[in-house]
Amino acid sequence: MSTLLLIEQVLNGLQSGVMLFLMAAGLTLVFGVMGLINLAHGSLYMVGAFACATVALLTGSFWLGLAASLAAAAAAGVLVEVTVLRRLYRRDHLDQVLATFALILIFSEAITFTQKQLTGTSLPMYLDPPALLAGAVSLPFGIQYPAYRLAIIVAGLLVAVGLFLLIGKTRLGIRIRAGESDREMIAALGVDIDRLYTLVFALGAALAGFAGAMVGAIQSVQVGMGEPVLILAFVVIVIGGVGSIRGALWGALLVGLTDTLGRFLLPLGFAEVMDPASARAVGASLASMLIYILMALVLIFRPTGLFGARP
Amino acid sequence: MIREPVLNALILAALLLVPLGALAMDEPFLITLATKVAIFALAGVGLNIALGLGGMVSFGHAAFFGLGGYATGVLASHALNYDPLMTEPFQIEGTTQMLVHWPVALLLSGLAALAIGALSLRTSGIFFIMITLAFAQMIFYFAISWPAYGGEDGLSIYVRSEFPGLNTLDPIQFFAIAFALLALALGFSSLIARSRFGLALQGARQNEARLRATGIGPYRIRLVAFVISGMITGLAGALFADLNRFVSPAMLSWQTSGEIIVFVILGGVGRLFGPVAGAGLYILLEHNLGGLTEYWKLPFGFLLLAVVLFARGGLIGLLAGEKRDG
Repeated sequence: MSTLLLIEQVLNGLQSGVMLFLMAAGLTLVFGVMGLINLAHGSLYMVGAFACATVALLTGSFWLGLAASLAAAAAAGVLVEVTVLRRLYRRDHLDQVLATFALILIFSEAITFTQKQLTGTSLPMYLDPPALLAGAVSLPFGIQYPAYRLAIIVAGLLVAVGLFLLIGKTRLGIRIRAGESDREMIAALGVDIDRLYTLVFALGAALAGFAGAMVGAIQSVQVGMGEPVLILAFVVIVIGGVGSIRGALWGALLVGLTDTLGRFLLPLGFAEVMDPASARAVGASLASMLIYILMALVLIFRPTGLFGARP
Repeated sequence: MIREPVLNALILAALLLVPLGALAMDEPFLITLATKVAIFALAGVGLNIALGLGGMVSFGHAAFFGLGGYATGVLASHALNYDPLMTEPFQIEGTTQMLVHWPVALLLSGLAALAIGALSLRTSGIFFIMITLAFAQMIFYFAISWPAYGGEDGLSIYVRSEFPGLNTLDPIQFFAIAFALLALALGFSSLIARSRFGLALQGARQNEARLRATGIGPYRIRLVAFVISGMITGLAGALFADLNRFVSPAMLSWQTSGEIIVFVILGGVGRLFGPVAGAGLYILLEHNLGGLTEYWKLPFGFLLLAVVLFARGGLIGLLAGEKRDG
C-alpha cells in the first residue's frame, strides 16, 4: 500500500468532512436556537444542487449556478419557515418530524415534476466543475490531487471560519447565542425574535444549498440525494453534541475521515487474513457500518456527544 | 361523535368485509390490498406501543420490519435452493414453514431492538430520533453491501411460505393469516395498555419524575416496551416478505420508517386502532391518488402537513373526539 494513496484518501475524507460540516452546522444551529428537528434540511441541499445544475446548464457558468444555489436554498428555507415551521417551534418533536417528513415528500415530488417539465426527463443531472478548477494540482511530495476537491476543502474551511466569526464576534451572533440560551429574555429586550428565527433558518438553508451545489459537481444531481447526507449529518451531531458548532466541525471531520479511510483500509486489512473476494465483501460491509459503530461508542462513553453540555 | 369502541368495531368490520366482498365479486387485487393494510397496520401496532404508550419517537422501525422480512427471505431461499443455512458445528436447514419463520423473525427483530434500544434509550428527545434513524440506516447499508443475499437487488422468494392446513397462495387464506395476527396483536396491545407494566410505561411518558418518585425506574420499562414494539413490527415484516415474495433493502430504508410513523399518526397516536385506520387510509390514498397522478406524494405531503398542523388526533380523533387520558 502506497503512502501517496493513503494521503489522497485522507484528503478525500477531509473533503467529505467539510461538506458534512456545512449540513450539520445548519441543522445544529436551527435546533440550538429554535429547538426544531428539521428532516427537510436534506431537501434544501437538493434544492441547492438542482438550482446550481440548472442555472449552469442554461448559462454555461458554474459561478452563476453557485450563486443561484445559495439564493434558491435560502429562499426555499424562508418560504417553509414562514409558512410551516414557525408553527412547530413550540410543538413536540413528533409533530416536527412528521411535518418535515411531509416537506421532504413535497420537495422531492415538486423537484421531480419541475425537472420533467424543464428537461423532459427525471434522470440524474450532471454538473461539471468550473474550468478554472478543472484538472489536478501538484501538492508537495509529488501528490496529484483534483483541484476542485481541494477547492471544496478550502471553501468549507473558509465558511467554517466565517461562521465562527459570525457567531462569536458580530451583533447577529450575540443575538443568536442569546436566543439559544433564553428566547423570552431576548424578546423582552426588544429583539424581533420572528425575524431572527427566519434569518437563522435562511443561513442554515444557504449553507445546505452551498454544500449541495459543491458536491453536485462530484456526484450526480438527483432527487433523494439529500437524505443520506442528512442522516450522516445527524450522526455528526450525535457525535459532536447538539447545538454545538464546534462539535459539528470536529464530528464532521471525524465522520468524513472514518468513513473514507474505513472503506479504503478495511478491505486491504482483511485481505491479509482471508481470500481477496471475501475480504472485499467483509471489508465493505464492515466499512459501511463503521461510523455508526463510532456513534455507538460515543453514546456509551459520552451520551451528550463530544462537545455537548453535560446534563 | 362516535364512541371509540364502536368506531373500532366498525374499522375492524370494514377490514374484514372488504376482502369478503371482493371474494364474492372475484376481485383478488382488492383482497391483496386489504392484506397489505392488515400487514402495515400490524407494523403500526408495534410502533404504537413505543410511540403511543411510551412516547418514544422511533424513526428506525424499518430496521425491525426489514429484519423480519429478511428472516423469511433467507430461510425460504435456503430451503428452496436445498442449501443448508450452516453445516458446522451442526446442520441447520432452511424452511418454508411460516410457523418457523415467525419465531425467527420475532427473535431477530427482538435482539436488534434490545441492542438499539439499550443504546438509544440512554438519551431522549431529538437525540433518540436521530439515533434510531442512524442505527436503522446502519442495517440498511449492511444489507446493501453484504452480497450473500442479493445485496442491493434484494432476494426473491419463489414460492410463498406454507402454513399447516391452509393454502397460502389463495389470497383470501393469506389475508386470514394476516388478519388473525393483527387481531392477536391488537388484543395483546390492549392487554399491555391496561396492565401494571403498561400503566408504568404511560407514566414514564407523562411524567418521568413522578414515576421515579414512586420507585419505578423508567429505563428498563421503556427498553422492554421498545423490544416488544420492535418484535411486532418484525413479525409484520415477515408477512410483508411473503406478500410480495420479495425482500430488499428498501424494507430497511428511512422512508419505510417514516411510513410506519405515518400509519400511526394518520389514525391517531396512542389510539388502539389508530394504526389500522391509518394504514387503511394510507393504502386508500396511495391507490386512488396514485391512479390520478404519478406525483401522488405531492398532494399526500400536503395532506400529511395539514393533519400535523390542524388535526392532531388523526382520523380516530376526528371521528371519536379527543383522547380522554393524557
